[in-house]
Amino acid sequence: MEFIVNKETKTVTITKEFAAEPALVWDAYTRPELLDQWWAPKPFSSRTKVMDFRVGGRRFYAMVSPEGVERWVLQKYSSITPKTNFKLFNAFADADETPELPGSDWDLNFTGQNGSTIVHISIYNESLERLERMIAMGFVEGTEAQFENLEGLLETLSQKGEE
Amino acid sequence: MRRDIFQAIADPTRRAIIALIALNAMTPNAIAEHFDTSRQAVSKHLRILTECELVTQDQQGREIYYRLEIDKMKEIDEWLEQYRKIWESRFEQLDVLLTELKQQKKQERKK
Repeated sequence: MEFIVNKETKTVTITKEFAAEPALVWDAYTRPELLDQWWAPKPFSSRTKVMDFRVGGRRFYAMVSPEGVERWVLQKYSSITPKTNFKLFNAFADADETPELPGSDWDLNFTGQNGSTIVHISIYNESLERLERMIAMGFVEGTEAQFENLEGLLETLSQKGEE
Repeated sequence: MRRDIFQAIADPTRRAIIALIALNAMTPNAIAEHFDTSRQAVSKHLRILTECELVTQDQQGREIYYRLEIDKMKEIDEWLEQYRKIWESRFEQLDVLLTELKQQKKQERKK
């Protein structure tokens, strides 16, 4: 994964190659039942309440902590080019879908390459302070221990896959 | 109002001040000479930077020197590192999911 922060342009760009066809990766990003399986970094979980993947539609979901505390996020889709690109406006929200501004503008690109898919995400933030709140809200904690858990899980899963 | 380091770097003039005093501690007048804005505007930026604990003041004789707290700047990078980890964690999970989905598809074809 490539992760670049440009403080001057307030943009974070993330690039990552996945070993799967674009159609499959696209589904993982655009279907709620799949999104909820990977979107939240452990030990948090993602719970999508509403998802209407079309231009003008939205995804309203909660990031749920192990203690059950919900943090709501609202994403509004502004542009969709199937299997290639979509854009959304992302903002934290309260339980009634009222967004907390400012939010951020996301641009997600999917490019197929020899059976794998390169995903390039560009996130423009009006305010870097808003980004910081993601951490402040307890999004990330004790990351070291979590990463060990995750690595253990991945090993188990990949062994299962080989069997 | 709570001030934090991200407010400090959100403004281009403040970023320029940070770059300027990273090399040498400077007096407000010396800093102001590098900008077209008023002395008052520079003072306001310095006040915000001070409130963010990004700069500290040294009294030397009758002059006050502003000095950059380098360690405080590192906090920004540490914080961004955490953000990077969120995406790494997320993508590791997606890798696992994609592997599972591919296997499911294969099995469906066999049927």
